[in-house]
Amino acid sequence: MNPEAQNHPVTQRLQTLAPGVFDEGQIFRGELTLWVPASRLRGVAEMLRDDPQLSFRYLSDVTALDHYPLEPRFETVYHLNSIEHNQRLSLKVRLPGDDPRVDSLVPVWPGATAFEREVFDLFGIYFAGHPYMVRIVLPDDWEGHPLRKDYPTEGYR
Amino acid sequence: MPVTLERVPGQEERVILSMGPQHPSTHGVLRLVLELEGETVVRAIYDIGYLHTGFEKSFERLTYSQDITLTDRMDYLAPLSNNLAFCLAAEKLLDLEIPAKAQFIRVLLTELTRIQSHLVWLGTHAIDIGAMSVFLYCFREREDILRIFEMMSGQRMMTSYFRIGGLALEPPLGWTERVEKFIKRFPARIDEYEGLLTRNPIWMVRTQGVGVISAAEAVAYGVSGPSLRGSGVKWDIRKAQPYSSYDKFNFDVPTRPEGDVYARYVVRLAEMRESVKIVRQALDGMPEGPIKAKAPHIVLPERESMKTSIEALIYHFKIVTEGFHPPVGEVYHSIESPRGELGVYMVSDGSPRPFRCHVRAPSFANLQALPKLIEGRLIADVVACIGSIDVVLGEIDR
Repeated sequence: MNPEAQNHPVTQRLQTLAPGVFDEGQIFRGELTLWVPASRLRGVAEMLRDDPQLSFRYLSDVTALDHYPLEPRFETVYHLNSIEHNQRLSLKVRLPGDDPRVDSLVPVWPGATAFEREVFDLFGIYFAGHPYMVRIVLPDDWEGHPLRKDYPTEGYR
Repeated sequence: MPVTLERVPGQEERVILSMGPQHPSTHGVLRLVLELEGETVVRAIYDIGYLHTGFEKSFERLTYSQDITLTDRMDYLAPLSNNLAFCLAAEKLLDLEIPAKAQFIRVLLTELTRIQSHLVWLGTHAIDIGAMSVFLYCFREREDILRIFEMMSGQRMMTSYFRIGGLALEPPLGWTERVEKFIKRFPARIDEYEGLLTRNPIWMVRTQGVGVISAAEAVAYGVSGPSLRGSGVKWDIRKAQPYSSYDKFNFDVPTRPEGDVYARYVVRLAEMRESVKIVRQALDGMPEGPIKAKAPHIVLPERESMKTSIEALIYHFKIVTEGFHPPVGEVYHSIESPRGELGVYMVSDGSPRPFRCHVRAPSFANLQALPKLIEGRLIADVVACIGSIDVVLGEIDR
């Protein structure tokens, strides 16, 4: 973790609330990114939303990255926004290549519903506890997950 | 199997209705599945993907400069806003400083885009509810703006006018007069629309108290833009996290507390007036100087200099054939598009093509609030609600 990220008020606050909750952090171009273990994601998300000094009540975006052929292969990315404090934060979770699954954040931010379905559709990452985990933009008999790096741009022929 | 709703046992008299994707009031190819009890909507779900073209996969295949042409085609009613979001994200990644004149022209054109997009929204929204004539007036003014775009970039809609590092071309002679003429005339035209609708009893009955969403719900569902401000949340990225020199402009962020269709209508009309103010300030304060950043390995050289300078020729060849190599890293940059928070998440692995480029489309998040708006309302209110959140299916499906 670079020292700027370490001294950032959001990092400091999170460290007092739940020591050792994140694996890693960085600031690149002024943007704070924190890596959280998959098992603690739901708890951290609730903390980030409910703590009055953080109050990340707005979930901007959920997406994922595929680092194929490296392991851990996937990362889910959450872009949070605090309207009260005018502060942004990216949260990342590393997931393994075989059977990638992570807790759904729909109970914390209902706005995650469509975004998580999109990640499921295009990356094949399963969100446990999502109320309606089906494909969203592709037909439900589609084979494969197109945004994975081992999926050819022209599709399978 | 297309998306459908399961019947509730014991409620066999309820009708499951598929609305769309070809329904004229769904503004594209949105499909809704409604469960109706008489004329009341009991449950609703949406079905999207009819316009899915895999933009995010294509981004990874093309170089950064080539990707700009794809962004035009996502939100086809606000192509310049998409160009801006993509360019700003790439420029943040490259840590590139943009000349003041280019920033001002970007602000001016994105505000014209906002007016243009709101005009299409107003016309189609009014036609959905039954006010036919508004549509014709709105498209009259929209045409003026599209002509300005054509003059600047050579294209009416798929402009691709903003490039990484500045603008594509020096604006032509006489463009300021064109814009000047338009913004002189336009405030009176907004009065005209308001005269047709704002105090119109039919319009008020159809929109007031319809499709209500509270501020807390709107924030939880990720609603942004005028739809969020119509619920009383004063959040505008242009003000809160200014980009492209928006901090040098003086404008208000209109809000309304009611959170109904009428509130969203009032907010958007007020926004058009604010946009005129911004365009005015941009014209008056237009700085002199270049329109492209000084970064020869990223920005294409002038055609003339290529005839005399070998470096310019080499850079041109390199940029066109190979592209440029941004540093390894990732950025998320969001702007206030006419529909709300348009974010671009860009990840670079150091190669000339983005490792991943994801677009956070405002309509995609706003659409999630739609079932909330229409459940418990009459089926006639459904079209009013769809219109009021102003979705563009091109950017939802991507």
